[in-house]
Amino acid sequence: MKTALNRRDFLKVSSVAGSGLVLGFYLPSKENEMLVGPAADFSPNAFVKINPSGTVTISVAKSEMGQGVRTSLPMIVAEELDADWTKVRIEQADAHPTKYGSQSTGGSFSVRGSWQMLRQAGATAREMLLSAAAQSWNVQKTSCRAEKGFVVHSSGKKLSYGQLADAAGKLSVPTSVELKENKDFKILGKALPKLDTPEKVNGSAVFGSDVRVKGMLFASIEKCPVFGGKVKSFDAMKAKAVTGVKDVINIENGVAVVANSTYAAFKGRDTLSITWDEGQWAQQTSASIKKLFEDAVKQKGSVENYDGDAEDAFAAAPTKIEAVYEVPFAAHATMEPMNCTADVRNGRCEIWAPTQAPQGAQNEAARILGLPLDKVTVHVTLLGGGFGRRLQSDYVQDAVKVSKAVNAPVQVVWKRQDDMQHDWYRPATYNLMRGGLDKNGSPVAWLHRVAGPSSRGLVVGGSTPPYSIPNFIVDSHIKETGVPIGAWRSVGPSQNGWVVESFIDELAHAAKKDPFEYRRQLLGKSPRLKRALEVAAEKAGWGKALPRGIGRGIAAVEGFGSSIAEVAEVSVDADGTLKIHRIVAAVDCGPVVNPNTVEAQLESAVVYAMSASLKDEITIDKGRVVQSNFHDYSMPMISEMPKVEVHIIPSTEAIGGIGEPGLPPLAPAVCNAIFAATGKRIRRLPIRPEDLKRA
Amino acid sequence: MSSFTLTVNGKKHAVDVDPDTPLLWVLRDSIGLTGTKYGCGSGYCGSCTVHVDGEAIRSCTMAIESLSGKKVTTIEGLSMNFGHPVQQAWIAGDVPQCGYCQSGQIMAAAALLSEKSHPTDEDINASMNLICRCGTYNRIREAVHVASETILKKELGQKGGK
Ligand code: FES
Ligand code: FES
Repeated sequence: MKTALNRRDFLKVSSVAGSGLVLGFYLPSKENEMLVGPAADFSPNAFVKINPSGTVTISVAKSEMGQGVRTSLPMIVAEELDADWTKVRIEQADAHPTKYGSQSTGGSFSVRGSWQMLRQAGATAREMLLSAAAQSWNVQKTSCRAEKGFVVHSSGKKLSYGQLADAAGKLSVPTSVELKENKDFKILGKALPKLDTPEKVNGSAVFGSDVRVKGMLFASIEKCPVFGGKVKSFDAMKAKAVTGVKDVINIENGVAVVANSTYAAFKGRDTLSITWDEGQWAQQTSASIKKLFEDAVKQKGSVENYDGDAEDAFAAAPTKIEAVYEVPFAAHATMEPMNCTADVRNGRCEIWAPTQAPQGAQNEAARILGLPLDKVTVHVTLLGGGFGRRLQSDYVQDAVKVSKAVNAPVQVVWKRQDDMQHDWYRPATYNLMRGGLDKNGSPVAWLHRVAGPSSRGLVVGGSTPPYSIPNFIVDSHIKETGVPIGAWRSVGPSQNGWVVESFIDELAHAAKKDPFEYRRQLLGKSPRLKRALEVAAEKAGWGKALPRGIGRGIAAVEGFGSSIAEVAEVSVDADGTLKIHRIVAAVDCGPVVNPNTVEAQLESAVVYAMSASLKDEITIDKGRVVQSNFHDYSMPMISEMPKVEVHIIPSTEAIGGIGEPGLPPLAPAVCNAIFAATGKRIRRLPIRPEDLKRA
Repeated sequence: MSSFTLTVNGKKHAVDVDPDTPLLWVLRDSIGLTGTKYGCGSGYCGSCTVHVDGEAIRSCTMAIESLSGKKVTTIEGLSMNFGHPVQQAWIAGDVPQCGYCQSGQIMAAAALLSEKSHPTDEDINASMNLICRCGTYNRIREAVHVASETILKKELGQKGGK
């Protein structure tokens, strides 16, 4: 199996052409003819190319960060094309302002956002191949059918797509085509291995930091540790004396040491002495941020969503429950630290970036350099994890600035410490929850007041409860803290899913009802989520006795077009050690493209959510992040893994996303299971042993 | 700067670097073998795992000066054409997600299996203490067991053949 970013090709092309990677470019058919002679490739649109030997090359315009788009997106095209899957190759598309639509990879949107467009791309090519065959046989097109890379006539004669490529390329592109019915899918819905797995097991996969360009230098940047601070002055004498160091450059928010190797750049950087203008946030601490939020929720906030009159209903409710839920800042900690390679010379800019936002990177580079977009090329490499971090372009800007300053290709590599201390964090939030029950225990009032840092969407997203509660209100206070905030895998629901699903559990217990049944009764308006809840409960054996010491918890969250419920089984030792034994997940994500990647993404989401609920906390002191590496921001390890069981619910609902929605139910399912096992309600994350210790 | 000679994947390389340069950067920047990854630089994550004289080590914490006369194997040298049972099991189980940690995971698994061809789950927990931010852990465990089966079968076959 070979993919476009096969390393040998990558190196060959980038060194020979000098201008870098040309793979991934869609070549207009005229140009193709010039290149390969009369038997031309057939390329009816930006996504499909079939060459005379029958190889189908599909352009992938989304970024591969482990979620499997380099496989699932080609599957969609190949399905409508009726391609032979073994002949499918992929090319990673460079950034282009319009050709592929949005290339941003986030919001669990790649498959559902490209679904229609890619099906059309495949179907268009299929129709043209059918027409070409019908013409060459001089028969009715309706007597021909497409099958696994061939057009077959009712008489049994057939022509391969490769044989038809040249003729099909001469036809005009139809304006409308018919798409298959789901029941006729042959490739979609199959558990296929990912096309890029082989290159990831022999070291040949090219991530951003693996890019090598002739004559390139390496740079490491010391950034102002306080958010928003700037360089006041610096002494580069010692750094310049380090063997291999070529230059030291002020990029305003930091000082870059440029050298002939990564290690020399690191070493030079260690000798820098910099005086910072720390700016307005130098006194900020986690405690001062908490105080800010705590004070804010004493007042009404701006209303995000409501129904009925929650204040009145709460005042009148015979049973009242109040609680505060606290979520910390979280870092993305992608396995591959931020990095980017840029070559800014002669009025052009070429970038190799592990980015989720190729068009954003292109725009930023053009803006910084004052170049038109067509002078900025952005090649997208593999991403060693993304999780929302790589939607930002800060690390791309670094490379562009440094390359311009030294007039040579430069790879900027962030140390792990830089990556952890200069992230765009999942917001910390402070949630005042109030709930009122009527005399039967049914919720009649739900009040959720949240305080958090800007931006608003990341703080309030996913805060509206899916339950039928006659009176509810969500209001918010958004406060500036200086801490950069960004999309963190599953965004708003990552914290609000925990708050909502923990608090509804509190209400269920206050009502002395079974937490699964309680939810189920209230999900009349969300049948899809109700179904996920029921399937998760059934598969987990909800209600069946568990071994002593083990507690079971459930949670259900809707988001990204999918509905997911999870059941956790946990136990807690006398010393407060938590063990998660089993996670059962049920997901309705509509039609499934590749069950293999759906399962993998849910397993992945469980682990990512475990890190945020059991381990991770970014704290602030003197305006800077305290944590610096995996010793103080630790990750779940293989020894802590629960059994993870994934149940995909057959569904004809609209297609949903899968990279993120598995996260939000995990933390509440675990915390609700802890309550079931110990009677302790966890109201701050991460879960701390001292909050679990038996009294 | 000093000159060092080391054998990587059976090939001798002479490099001119500072004696304290970690093996990781010698591999990636001096020799051009980028399959070995930088994840933390401090021995925590294992992304940089290679074999030195057959043993799994974290190359970000091993200075080049301590390596004279040793044989280094990286992911690129583990096998020809995906031939190692660990690589085959990784492909069969479709283990990698982003893939960034996987060179290290595979090298750690290969070293574990060469020491213990039939590891228990506890052995795996102890030896495979590498971070995977994508959370491929359950597939990793499964793949180590599958690779172990392959190795055992091979051994049995060889014994049977004698
Ligand atoms: S990079 Fe060596 S252990 Fe993390
Ligand atoms: S596969 Fe991404 S870090 Fe392991």
